[in-house]
Amino acid sequence: MIFKPLDKDKIFEKSGNISELDRREFLKIGLAVTGIFAGGSIVSAVSAAEKLFPRGTYAEKYPYKPHYSMVIRVDQCIGCRRCEKGCVATNAVPDYGWRTKVLEREVPQAIGQKREFIPVQCNQCNNPPCVRACPVKATYKDKANGIVMMDNKKCIGCKICMAACPYNARYFNEEKSAIDKCDFCFESRLSRGEKNTACSVTCPADVRVFGDLSNPKDRVYQLIHQLQKPVWVLKQETFAKPNIFYMKG
Amino acid sequence: MEDRKRSVFISVLKDALNRVFSGGPFYLSFLSLFGILFIAGVTSGIYSIFIAGSRHAYGTYREIPLALLIATYIFFVVTSTGLCLVSSIGHIFGVQDFMPIAKRAILLSVITIMSGFLVIGLELENPFRMAIYLFASPNFSSNIWWMGVLYSFEVVFLIVEFIFIMRNNHKVSEAAGLLGIFFGVAAISNLGGVFAMLQGREYWYGPYLPIFFIASALMMGCAVIIFFTVIAYWIKGDTIDGPMTSSLKIVGKLTILMLAVIMFFTIWRMVAMTVGGTEKLLVLDALVKGPYAFNFWVLEVTLGMIVPFVLLLWSKGRRIGIMFIAVALMIFSTFFVRLDMVVAGEIVPQYWEMGVKEFSQLHTYAPTWKEILVALGGVGFCGAAFMLGEKLFNGFREAPGVEEAKIGKADSEL
Repeated sequence: MIFKPLDKDKIFEKSGNISELDRREFLKIGLAVTGIFAGGSIVSAVSAAEKLFPRGTYAEKYPYKPHYSMVIRVDQCIGCRRCEKGCVATNAVPDYGWRTKVLEREVPQAIGQKREFIPVQCNQCNNPPCVRACPVKATYKDKANGIVMMDNKKCIGCKICMAACPYNARYFNEEKSAIDKCDFCFESRLSRGEKNTACSVTCPADVRVFGDLSNPKDRVYQLIHQLQKPVWVLKQETFAKPNIFYMKG
Repeated sequence: MEDRKRSVFISVLKDALNRVFSGGPFYLSFLSLFGILFIAGVTSGIYSIFIAGSRHAYGTYREIPLALLIATYIFFVVTSTGLCLVSSIGHIFGVQDFMPIAKRAILLSVITIMSGFLVIGLELENPFRMAIYLFASPNFSSNIWWMGVLYSFEVVFLIVEFIFIMRNNHKVSEAAGLLGIFFGVAAISNLGGVFAMLQGREYWYGPYLPIFFIASALMMGCAVIIFFTVIAYWIKGDTIDGPMTSSLKIVGKLTILMLAVIMFFTIWRMVAMTVGGTEKLLVLDALVKGPYAFNFWVLEVTLGMIVPFVLLLWSKGRRIGIMFIAVALMIFSTFFVRLDMVVAGEIVPQYWEMGVKEFSQLHTYAPTWKEILVALGGVGFCGAAFMLGEKLFNGFREAPGVEEAKIGKADSEL
């Protein structure tokens, strides 16, 4: 293991000795963005995050109901890629595209575990760069649940959303003649009464936890609003306010 | 009355066609070449988009969605705004020395913007949907939406400006020209904004591109009008003299100034990147000593800046042949400036900093022949339309000079 779940003392050690009170204050704001994925190190955690996301920029109340989010317990991922296959089968993803991908990182000099797997997908951002860039609202933020959706018939295929997305989450689907992307299985499952996404259901290691961030009883809410373990997002510097959260343990 | 108008129109057209067919072997072979390029480009584009699918026909892919055709589009539309600006110096802001080039510059501005539209029309996956949803479902926060709107207005005002300047109605022409400049400058800075507002792309993000595009437009406008004026005189078989000589001299001076401005832009962009984030450093490395080093050092810097700068200084605005070589080099290399700007913004993988296997290499891009043909189709359209325009408007023979403009002005004031 490169990373063991950090205990409370260690978090404070890494995050520049902020007090318990400060930390609780910060968490109240909404989301603890406690690290940067780069290099696998948990960098300057909470105090820096306060500067990155000034108070109030993440709403205390989540703007959507349900506010669909996903927590990816990244150290649990075994790289079986059943999530990818489940996604492809459920959403008719062609062989030249992907909606979710499991990335692989090797650190030969690491002590213990030398390889880790990092699932990535559309982050369903609260401030999505793709939605802002689309000239014809072919991609939009669903007002009810916050999912970044596609209205295929409007897509002119300018591909600016592909360039705008910080997460490489979009591709042009020839069959649909429109951009395709993860919609948390809304079309294929959620809208048909299912409660979970295909990638989450097919994962044997409980890596992907899908749920409602606005519901304190939901597991996603509870995983994110806890003090023991750091939670982070990818590419926080773009200020896209993503809804895919990463944590270990 | 109607019949009379029609017969006048037909006789004008006949005259123009006669002039085209009696243009001589060189003229006709170049016109045919451009015509063939245009047809080949359009055929290639239609085949690529509607039959083969862009994934199979073009060199773009998921990680490099914008490339050669977008660069070609930018090349043309930036040039168009530049020509509009250069023409306005004379016929709107009244600088006499810029008068003789004004009409040709406006026509070229219309032609280049159309060339740009042609290329982007063959790049978009669903161009017909755009015609509907740009109006039916507008996104006011999108730069591309504004781009569509602003360029549409610009092209309309440019056409109005041209029609009325040709009819020597300078009042209407000036009003349309002023609006043309307004929409042109707005459109071009907004085009920079298309890239500059993508916060996920470090190399593009920031206010640099919108401002750079305006400066670059003026430089290109100057270079292109010198280039085409010289060719127009070859076509006419005339030597450049009279007011046109002093006009080209002053446009040449403005070209040097704008080239110097662009050099400063480029130098400081590169220097500032040395202390940027990872993505900027990687792009800098790719441009300075990586896969884009030839493009950058040879095409952009040497052929596009240093050589033309020296040649333009050496020509002293008098030696037209040397000026022609200089501006031809500038036009050629500016195409690669656009291409590098577009592609370099996408070569660093979005997940680079995570050090994952899948994205441990910079993305590469090579255009396919079908893509290159579409870009050449734009060049073909531009060239053919220019050559036909020269014959149709008889090389702007009747009215290139200051005198005429003055008379027109006096007329319209009456």
